[in-house]
Amino acid sequence: MNKNKIVNNKIKISLGEIIVSIPPFGWMIIFFLIPAAIVITTSFKPAGIYGGVSPGWTLNNYKNLLDPSYLTVIWRTVWVSFFATALCLLVATPTAYYMSRLSPKWRQTMMFLIIVPFWTNFLVRIFAWKLFLNPEGIFQHILIKMGLASVNTMLLYNTGTVILVMIYTYIPFAILPIYAAAEKFDFNLIEAAHDLGAGRFRAFCKIFLPGISKGLKTAAFMVLIPCLGSYVIPDIVGGTGSDMIGNIIASRVFVARNIPMSATWSSLLILIVMLPLGMLLTVRILRQRKQLK
Amino acid sequence: MRYKSKFSLYVMILVLIFLYLPLIIMAVNSFNSSRFGVDWNGFTFKWYLLLFKDYRMLQTLLRSLIIGSTAMVSSMILGTIAAFTIHHFRSKLQFFQLGVMYSQLGIPDVLMGISLLLFFILMNFKLGLFTIYIAHVTFCLGYVTLVVLGRLQDFDYSVVEAAKDLGAGWFVIFRKILIPFMMPGIIAGGLLAFTLSIDDFVITFFVTGPGSSTLPIYIYSMIKHGTPIIINALSVIFLVVTFILVFISQKLLVRGGNK
Repeated sequence: MNKNKIVNNKIKISLGEIIVSIPPFGWMIIFFLIPAAIVITTSFKPAGIYGGVSPGWTLNNYKNLLDPSYLTVIWRTVWVSFFATALCLLVATPTAYYMSRLSPKWRQTMMFLIIVPFWTNFLVRIFAWKLFLNPEGIFQHILIKMGLASVNTMLLYNTGTVILVMIYTYIPFAILPIYAAAEKFDFNLIEAAHDLGAGRFRAFCKIFLPGISKGLKTAAFMVLIPCLGSYVIPDIVGGTGSDMIGNIIASRVFVARNIPMSATWSSLLILIVMLPLGMLLTVRILRQRKQLK
Repeated sequence: MRYKSKFSLYVMILVLIFLYLPLIIMAVNSFNSSRFGVDWNGFTFKWYLLLFKDYRMLQTLLRSLIIGSTAMVSSMILGTIAAFTIHHFRSKLQFFQLGVMYSQLGIPDVLMGISLLLFFILMNFKLGLFTIYIAHVTFCLGYVTLVVLGRLQDFDYSVVEAAKDLGAGWFVIFRKILIPFMMPGIIAGGLLAFTLSIDDFVITFFVTGPGSSTLPIYIYSMIKHGTPIIINALSVIFLVVTFILVFISQKLLVRGGNK
């Protein structure tokens, strides 16, 4: 055992190790790290006339981002993602709580029911909503009968629909980690809290939520990051006023043929995605320092 | 079973309705002769028949299956090597490799798509099946690596030490000990890779070229501009296949867990 440890913790990297590592790691360097570096470099390049990249360096692409209409898109991407994430957690927590209290057989059935939509093709799920909320679809028909909507009400193509479909798409990402944490939670603690006079709600907030905080954090990241990078959902169920950064990245490259501007938007998205991760890391490091003091 | 609150039961039921209502309505509609779902004009199979006559759809399906299986095999091989080196050497280089694999999982699809597109343009790659294949291996690799690595965590290294003491070389150790041990992880990772590849729209959309659209790209163009009637039927087939696959994999997992 001891010998094993020494062998595995060696600092020197042998030639053999490098040769064995080359196929997978080399692949990732060429097709993942280098492309990412290209995106960031291209964001500092001026655009050519015919959709190419001109030589030289510029900061103009970043200055363009300060345009008020662009700032609206950036702001929308951020608030829509955070809002959808918050709602996902709000709904997923009670669901996961109930799931973890079920008998093993029912738990499995529930897991199955949550996983099936999660594995169903992404486009199919979005299309199902498009059909459901269609002006000639059944839902609007019912709403009109109930007097809650008129023939002219548009359920599709607005930011609300984008948020709704986002929650629909990513809610399994929220339920599964919270459920995994809740399953390991010791429910005797809640009983103890009851014995000490805490009410149901109080016990839930003060004992259960801190107990599953790790699952909640994982769930938040699993939902937030794909939401920030959304492209298909606003593209299919969103309207002209619900574009997000992902849509701008695609339209810059496919419609406007402005590669450097598309790269600039991508760099901005990388930054926005990294920000919450960076914050999490700093909080963790600061906490560790406090503990050391 | 105490501490079941009524409130969370209601939330759970609402979540289930929310998850399945649009899918059920879509499924019912796929048998409806009327174009839109308001009136029920009688039961029909005509959308399914139309779907199977759609030559382009079958072509894109075949393409998706080819890319899915080649990307699956490649990422299984590369991912297994990556998992082994990360687990075995534990050097700074491997720590870095693990970091790269994790960040690949975390990055939004749009960013992977655009970065690969710019890379292919810069390197003068012709966009088509080959670039889609490269992109798919790249986004599957991280998943396969982590799944196999998860399996390796339980590996008892003294077995390797014993084999070495008995005079086995690395080739024999691999063939007789390591590969069989990693196999469940490799297969699980491969299945995951295949599903991810068949399902992917965003990254493929960025790196696809003329005449090489996959099934999701075809579905997208149908949703966007074309004939949405057939998609109902296609979606239902998708749904049924997923349902069966998830059911089988759950059964397999349960059996594996009981062992």
